[in-house]
Amino acid sequence: MSEPTPADCDLNILVIDEDPVRRAILEAGLREAGFSNVTVLANTSGLVAQIYALDPDVILVDLENPSRDELEQMFQVSRTVRRPIAMFVEKSDKSTIEAAIDAGVSAYIVDGLKKERVRPILEMTISRFRAFDRLRSELEETKNALKDRKVIEKAKGILMKSRGLDEEAAYALLRKTAMAQGKRLSDVAEGLISAFDLLKE
Amino acid sequence: MSAGVNDLKSQDNEIHAGFIPLTDCAPLVMVRELGLDRAEGFTLHLHREVSWANIRDKVDVGLFDCAHMLAPLPLAAKLGIGRATAEVIAPVALSLNGNTITVSARLFEDMTEADPASASHSGMAAARAVAAVVKQRAAQGLPPLTFGIVFPFSCHNYDLRAWLASAGIDPDNDVNLVVIPPPLIADSLKAGRVDGFCAGEPWGSVAAADGTGVIVATKAQLWRNSPEKVLGVRSAWAERNPEVLDALIRALVRAGQWLDVPGNRIGAAKVLSEARYVGVSRHQLEKALTGGLEMGAAPDLVAGDSIVFHRHGATIPRQAHAIWILTQMIRWGQAREPFDIAAIASQVYRTDIYARALAAIGAGLDVAADQPATEGVLALFGSEIFDPSAPLDYLDRCAIRAPALDLSRFKGPRV
Repeated sequence: MSEPTPADCDLNILVIDEDPVRRAILEAGLREAGFSNVTVLANTSGLVAQIYALDPDVILVDLENPSRDELEQMFQVSRTVRRPIAMFVEKSDKSTIEAAIDAGVSAYIVDGLKKERVRPILEMTISRFRAFDRLRSELEETKNALKDRKVIEKAKGILMKSRGLDEEAAYALLRKTAMAQGKRLSDVAEGLISAFDLLKE
Repeated sequence: MSAGVNDLKSQDNEIHAGFIPLTDCAPLVMVRELGLDRAEGFTLHLHREVSWANIRDKVDVGLFDCAHMLAPLPLAAKLGIGRATAEVIAPVALSLNGNTITVSARLFEDMTEADPASASHSGMAAARAVAAVVKQRAAQGLPPLTFGIVFPFSCHNYDLRAWLASAGIDPDNDVNLVVIPPPLIADSLKAGRVDGFCAGEPWGSVAAADGTGVIVATKAQLWRNSPEKVLGVRSAWAERNPEVLDALIRALVRAGQWLDVPGNRIGAAKVLSEARYVGVSRHQLEKALTGGLEMGAAPDLVAGDSIVFHRHGATIPRQAHAIWILTQMIRWGQAREPFDIAAIASQVYRTDIYARALAAIGAGLDVAADQPATEGVLALFGSEIFDPSAPLDYLDRCAIRAPALDLSRFKGPRV
């Protein structure tokens, strides 16, 4: 990634993201890269007044934010912003746009701003969004693994009690059933638990 | 006989489609849920999106092959006025009708006070009651009313504007129009940020159910069987995968057929209520789908066709609809660069591809009957007459329209 020139560090950047963690990750990244003029907003209520006051050069919005349609309408009505704002859709830089959309972020820049000046900001944003995604899916996996383990433990307990099996045999039975039915072990365990709960009542 | 998996293996038979949580995403959802995709030899992957801008961008960069789209979106892309750069075609329509104009309980009270006779009727008449309130507020020096629409290139925008204009209200000068995404629009009415909105169901019903809104008109009342959603397909993908596209069109037509069997709509409401689809209560979706809308003041309304998926040729991407939409883009100043109305309509609304896809199952499509030259004159918005073979004459007659409109710049047949 190219080092931003001193002039670029003055670019006024507005980040709108409802996710507090990702917002912080992105803000830190931009500051580390030397951009000091960064404002972050959590939500879009009262956005017109804020955009007018901030007069940003670049606006970064996460794609999960339902207010994008509202924002774009705002940009089209020239009196709500000081300078016309365009989406960053230079055809020559299509791959960056694709990467941004893929990573889950959209960028709007003031009309006339050269794309070379904006690219480092976009690249930073894309990499931070991707890092956040990895973080989130790792967390999700950890959570699922923990949940799976608990479910399997419980199902084993049921088998041990109701069929008089030892722990190893109970586990083997679960695994054999899962393989025979082409299901995940945790799904078989979950099915067993809910069937057991039904029979209890 | 439809194409099997083996016939399609040279093509891209994993289709990625985006949708917005609205009742009229039902055909895409039911293709998946009824397994109509597998029966036709492809797999449909659905992606829920929160904004039309996301739908447009993800189709534009190729993350989606196709999407649930507002009927004007592919036309805006073609004209280069919607920020998208890739060409999108509409080879099949998804639904007719399905929107409501809903006002706040407060505005409805004012309407009833200002013009009780008009307010007591829903549909076109209710616009006159709104006009009476608009005049009163202007006389009293109160701020103008604010109405929400979901996107600039939407039939909601054009329908609301035509409805207001029919009562002498200039939508650009007499009221404020703001864009609010569908999932937030009922909340905006509740919070008093807008006095009314035009949006797809179930959002009108959601506002009516909690008592903050009153439905004063349905799209079916303004214009029977009017265009609403289409399937927008990336032109480049469509060209590469003609057989898969045909299979997708057939599956969507079959889903529409299934959805128009009255007994199936309760089941559809159950499926759509899931969080991964529309995610609002089953009860409200049932109302939107079965036409049992809670209307403000008119007990005489039977909204049987409040949303249509197959009957009345609902899946045909009609030239007449595309031409009407293009006239609205001109009327309200969205399209200012000259273009040929009929040519753009036929390049985007691909009735030919639709006919090609359905030839295989013999759906009895009479394409000739849909050509602008022979399709009859449409009656819409009360007293308006729209002749698709003379769109510029229609625009001539529209008294309320964008200022400094030069119709001579546009090419279109005239009578």
